[in-house]
Amino acid sequence: MINQNLYQQLILDHNRSPRNYGKLDNPTHFSEGYNALCGDHFLIYLNLDSSGRIVEEIKFSGEGCAISKASASMMSEIFTKKSIDEVRELFDLFKRLVKGQPISQAEEKKISKLIIFANIHKYPSRIKCAILAWHAVAAALDNKKQTSSENVEI
Amino acid sequence: MSLDTALLRNEFTLLREKLGNDKDLVYLDNAATTLTPDSVVEGINQYYLQENANIHRGVHYLAEKATESYEGTRKIVKNFINAGKEKEIIFTSGTTAAINLVAYSYGMNFLKPGDEIILSAMEHHSNIVPWQFVARKTGAVLKIAPINERGEIVYEAFLKLLSARTKFVSLVYISNSLGTINPVEKIISASHEKGALVLLDGAQAVSHVPIDVKHLDVDFFAFSGHKLFGPTGVGVLYGKESVLAELPPFFGGGEMISQVSFTESTYKEAPHKFEAGTPPIAEVIGLGHSINWFKRFDLPAIHRQEELLLEKTLREFREIPEIKIIGEADDKTSIVSFVVSGVHPHDIGSFLNEEGIAIRAGHHCTQPVMNFFKIPASARASFSFYNNEEDVEQLVKGIKKTITFFKGGGKL
Repeated sequence: MINQNLYQQLILDHNRSPRNYGKLDNPTHFSEGYNALCGDHFLIYLNLDSSGRIVEEIKFSGEGCAISKASASMMSEIFTKKSIDEVRELFDLFKRLVKGQPISQAEEKKISKLIIFANIHKYPSRIKCAILAWHAVAAALDNKKQTSSENVEI
Repeated sequence: MSLDTALLRNEFTLLREKLGNDKDLVYLDNAATTLTPDSVVEGINQYYLQENANIHRGVHYLAEKATESYEGTRKIVKNFINAGKEKEIIFTSGTTAAINLVAYSYGMNFLKPGDEIILSAMEHHSNIVPWQFVARKTGAVLKIAPINERGEIVYEAFLKLLSARTKFVSLVYISNSLGTINPVEKIISASHEKGALVLLDGAQAVSHVPIDVKHLDVDFFAFSGHKLFGPTGVGVLYGKESVLAELPPFFGGGEMISQVSFTESTYKEAPHKFEAGTPPIAEVIGLGHSINWFKRFDLPAIHRQEELLLEKTLREFREIPEIKIIGEADDKTSIVSFVVSGVHPHDIGSFLNEEGIAIRAGHHCTQPVMNFFKIPASARASFSFYNNEEDVEQLVKGIKKTITFFKGGGKL
């Protein structure tokens, strides 16, 4: 059943009860990710610690398909308490993963359960759903208020 | 005359054979593009295999054959939409190009600050953005005729927008995202009373309702080949002879001129002044084949078949509490937009795809419509007359399965 391949249990679970879903009142960093093609729209709130190097807290709100929402939810879990450098490294890694490029065993360990998105490259129109919230985090860290997964190179 | 759907479906390779993914196709994305029957594809091939030449130039056998087939299509189109003259038929690359042609040739040259253009709230982006270009450049003002909860134009509100300042009305005949068939006749005559010109975007209409531009008395009518069982890359702009005579060319180039020097050029008459460069010859010829193919069928029989499919779909959908139908106009064609509570349209699309069912999910290039209904996107099933009741049953079964799957957290 190919549908269970795309929509694995974990994705459906995060879609139904997304983690870190909500807002932060005075985030140190904020951005909005929008995918005009499908109408997916997420707001990303980040609190970095006083050194400005560690993600203390991350929340997201907005609406999107199961793929985009589950990806945002699982991303928020993996980014919590990570350094900005690690966040950027994970983003690069996730980009390669969803494009179907090979990753090493060590990298597989780093990306942990997000490995379930490795199937997404078989559904090219859905890659941008999976990557949307990630672009929004990168934009927030770059102090850009808005991004769209349509206008950026995956 | 009744329709033999089984025989009809046999004319399409895509409906006869399994897809590359080894599934039988349930094709419900006809509002995006219709399927092309094998005979039309063969007609296009015949041009490349036996008539390949540029048109209107060269005296050799092939050039004359190609010109004959190309110009022959102008006559086919003229008869199909009941235009008065062949010179009123301009070939473009599609509906979008046809609307842009009018926006640039008419709008940019004739509109002045304070002039008003009326559109409706259900327009496709292709009938919004070109007019925004015109408004920005000329100072003309866009006025938007509102729609109601059923997805119908509020006619009284449209009438209130009409005034002596209204110079142009550009309106979709049948909405691609709602399926609404607009009351175009009364809108055209009311607009003419105020002296405004009217363009109809007929992209969806051509395959669903009979088109008679003379009876409609419309000034411009635009449509695409690929939504009429023909090839992509070709479309038509009909324009009234008297109106086209006043319009300057939009594209400049070969084939549209009478005399060229470096100080001045003079242009041919319509339609040729609007067809600069080598046109999509094979596609135009293909369009001729697709219109001839379509005309083989009895329009009332087509209408009955589409009505049957529409009614069955609406009936079945109303039985499913999670479904909300978007667009329930009294006068509606076989296009059904819907949302399902708890399942995003894109997930419905992906899930159904795995069942071999092709629908559209997204905003359908009508973001203002999505905003009106306060949804980010919708799923859309659109039927043509080669669809059958089994297609509807597959769709309904697929949607029920989708709902069970997402509600049950992945269990079926």
